Amino acid sequence: MTDIIQKVKNLSIGFRSKKGEEILILKNISTNIKKGETVGIVGESGSGKSTLALAMMGYVKHGLYTIGGECQFNSSNLLKMKSKDLEKIRGRKIAMIPQNAGQALTPNLKIGYQIDEALQLHSDLDEKEREKKISELLNKVRLPSPETIALRYPHELSGGQQQRVAVAMALAGTPDLLLLDEPTTGLDVTTQAHVLELLNFIAKDTGTSMVYVSHDLGAIAQVSDRIIVMYSGEIVLEGPSRDILKRPIHPYTHGLLKSIPKLSLAGLPESMPGSQPQPGIIQSGCSFFDRCNFSDENCKNNSPKLEFLKDLNTSVRCFNYEKLVNESQASQTVNKIKNKSQDKEILNLSEVSISYAKQKLLDQIFNRISDDNPTVKDININIKKGETIALVGESGSGKSTILKSIAGLLRTKDGLIRFDENRNLSSNLKERDPNDLRIIQLIFQNPDESLNPNHTVEEIIAQPLKLYFGLKGEELKKNIIDLLQKVRLGEFYTSRYPRQLSGGEKQRVAVARAFAAKPDIILCDEVTSALDVSVQAAVLNLLQQLKEDFGTTYIFVSHDLAVVRAISDRVAVLYQGRLCEVGPSNDVYKFPSHPYTEVLLGAVLEPDPDIKPKLVAEDIVEERPPEKGCSFQGRCSRIVGDICKKEIPPWQLTDSGNAIRCHIPIKELQKEQF
Amino acid sequence: MKLDNIYKEEKKSAVAKLSEIIITMASRPSGLIGLSILVFHIILAFISPYIAPHDFKAIDPTLMLQAPSAEYWFGTDDLGRDVFTRTILGGRTALTITFFGSLIALLWGGLLGIFCGLVGGKIDDVVMRIVDAFLSIPWILAMLLIVSLLGTSTEVLIPALGFFYGKGIVRVARAATHDVIAKDFIVSAKARGHSNFSIIWNEIIPNVRDAILVEGAMRWSWMLLGFSSLSFLGFGVSPPTPDWGLMISNARGLMSFAYWAVIAPIVGLSSLIIGINLTADAFAKALGIDRSTKAPV
Repeated sequence: MTDIIQKVKNLSIGFRSKKGEEILILKNISTNIKKGETVGIVGESGSGKSTLALAMMGYVKHGLYTIGGECQFNSSNLLKMKSKDLEKIRGRKIAMIPQNAGQALTPNLKIGYQIDEALQLHSDLDEKEREKKISELLNKVRLPSPETIALRYPHELSGGQQQRVAVAMALAGTPDLLLLDEPTTGLDVTTQAHVLELLNFIAKDTGTSMVYVSHDLGAIAQVSDRIIVMYSGEIVLEGPSRDILKRPIHPYTHGLLKSIPKLSLAGLPESMPGSQPQPGIIQSGCSFFDRCNFSDENCKNNSPKLEFLKDLNTSVRCFNYEKLVNESQASQTVNKIKNKSQDKEILNLSEVSISYAKQKLLDQIFNRISDDNPTVKDININIKKGETIALVGESGSGKSTILKSIAGLLRTKDGLIRFDENRNLSSNLKERDPNDLRIIQLIFQNPDESLNPNHTVEEIIAQPLKLYFGLKGEELKKNIIDLLQKVRLGEFYTSRYPRQLSGGEKQRVAVARAFAAKPDIILCDEVTSALDVSVQAAVLNLLQQLKEDFGTTYIFVSHDLAVVRAISDRVAVLYQGRLCEVGPSNDVYKFPSHPYTEVLLGAVLEPDPDIKPKLVAEDIVEERPPEKGCSFQGRCSRIVGDICKKEIPPWQLTDSGNAIRCHIPIKELQKEQF
Repeated sequence: MKLDNIYKEEKKSAVAKLSEIIITMASRPSGLIGLSILVFHIILAFISPYIAPHDFKAIDPTLMLQAPSAEYWFGTDDLGRDVFTRTILGGRTALTITFFGSLIALLWGGLLGIFCGLVGGKIDDVVMRIVDAFLSIPWILAMLLIVSLLGTSTEVLIPALGFFYGKGIVRVARAATHDVIAKDFIVSAKARGHSNFSIIWNEIIPNVRDAILVEGAMRWSWMLLGFSSLSFLGFGVSPPTPDWGLMISNARGLMSFAYWAVIAPIVGLSSLIIGINLTADAFAKALGIDRSTKAPV
């Protein structure tokens, strides 16, 4: 285990700015990858982690260039190699698995053909052997019936299956080193857990070294032996993964781990202030100085060196790491949510169904939608004033569809949406009056897309103020500044464009825009999933604060159960557009639960090497909800017989007021799940 | 802390923005060449009546087909008129008519395209099929029909050219709108209840403006070529008004022994088209649209 397979020595990569200054993306990185080892590289977006991984296969992105140092693979420097020699190494010795397998696979070639192509390039097998190898590889990545999968096209596979094919292709050349760039980021929670488990198995089975790049400490914790934490182009912490996750001795990692919401803890995690400095802002002193809770004068003026601590087997770049050595991570504090929800009902969804089916001519004339098996069906939820209710489910569960209907962007097929007990909102945008539109505001997942790139922050926030309240001039300006201050942004932000803001700042502007309308209900569509972990906690805290100040009701859609646990009072679990379980969040996260909730809870990845995900059900994806019976019948591991396929399960109440829709009696569920 | 410097970019006035774009354009060799040719032609079009050495319509049979000399720099044509005078004056009509034609094309093509992209559905289908149908008609045939019915006056030529060259812009504007329309800020504006007009004006136009302007600039050069073709066929400007297309048409039979009469207008026309094309390309690059990788639809 001591053989070093890849040696990165004093590597600096950067670009030249318009003014001719050299701007470093990677600053003097040195590390070794040993044979058979899985190394996790973790960091926020922009920390240089992908650049480092790409450099390990001798690739430097267009526009960047190597300033100094080398990447040695089998004692030859990849960065100085001719492209002909590199071709021989890439694929055969070093393989890469991209983030989005769906885009990495050629859409018009069969899976088998694409794997065969990789084999032809990267192995010396003849036709017969290749044939055998293809099914062998597909078997290895645990795809069901390799013979049929090989004949399919990429679009006929689910996201998880596509990722498995990408793994199979990478393994085709039996590489010594496998680079994985966020391989599970776009996948659903359950699929992600399955893919990680597969990667673990392959690492053990083949003895391949892996470099796993991710922003997700939860995923890294599951696969890696050693972790490298990057910040602003530097390695700030490097060591065995258990030590780093249990006892992070760098303030950045310390703060990062604290800001991740955990399943076991209700309430909001502490947030880390500030954001990563942009590359090229030459600073004296530690790059983390601004955000550090442990810094002193020394940190401001001198940059710390990466120091190897022999007794901990860890390298750390910090002057004050000793302060952290004794502090264990268990001291995570959370800001408990004060539940201020009142008994007054603010929004009521009863028997709501939504269909994406195209209207036939006759239906258009009668203005109706006929669809026996609509995407979303039988949704009954009461939402009380001031509460936060979360809709949870994998992609395709209909959670965003329901949000769209509440916002009026999509017509409901059946059922009623009532606001304040008497106002009917089961209509689309054109039929609603401006006040109905004002009371419900949306915050979107990706602030890059939800803010017009050609508007300044002032113009963005002014829009609802002008539209709903007709504000002008001084009063408008005053209101905008007020709102900016509420989301903790200064007055000087007014003249900036979205591209000049960081991800967290953009999302704050989006939040300010939503609150500008003085809404009663805010619909949050995956509002934190596009943000870095440290920023996520800050945005969640801000939302909570604003809710307490304004008494707003949130409908929070997310696939991240830990985030939901942190912020919500009540949770509704959806599968294929049907409700599975509704209840207070404390109880949903406790057993007994619906078999689907059980699967979701089992698949959550925690940044703790001791908590392994439980893989209960298969990670297949169903395209359509079943016509009859329980929505979860296709994947349920606790299926009790024909009744699940024929009859819609009844609602059952647990002692704590948690409603579960399952044929299995609550008591039996409880027994089985403990 | 240098952080503030990075964020210092304030909202700029339109003039500041434009001058910045022009500076960026001129910083590339191709952009600089294109801009200089275009500016040269525009200046020439403005001052040519005052610097023309001879009368453009003065016919003198004794001076027929003279080779270039100190008196007649580019020689004379078959009617003894000064080719230099006629060449520097020849671009005026073409430039004016096609410039206003392009504006009309931009206006109706851009707005219709954006509207179709926004509303979608049946209206979009019907309008786009009509546009497709028009695209399939050879424009020169249709132009000839219009011109022979309504005459060759400027009032007819400008809207007719504007109409025929706007069809392509409809498609580009619609495609650019489709790129933007799916973004969440449009959904957000719809959910807030803004009117279609407000969404087009505030949300869509700022984001598709660049693509449409670049397309308009390209159409301008095509329109120039088209207009000269009309003149060449005798359906553009009526004689004796000097025009490059007309000059080429008149002198082409004499090319074997009086090449000068045809070379000058050819150089004038092609240099202007090259100038506009290079400028449009540099304009696109300065705005961050790469025409080489992203072909217009």
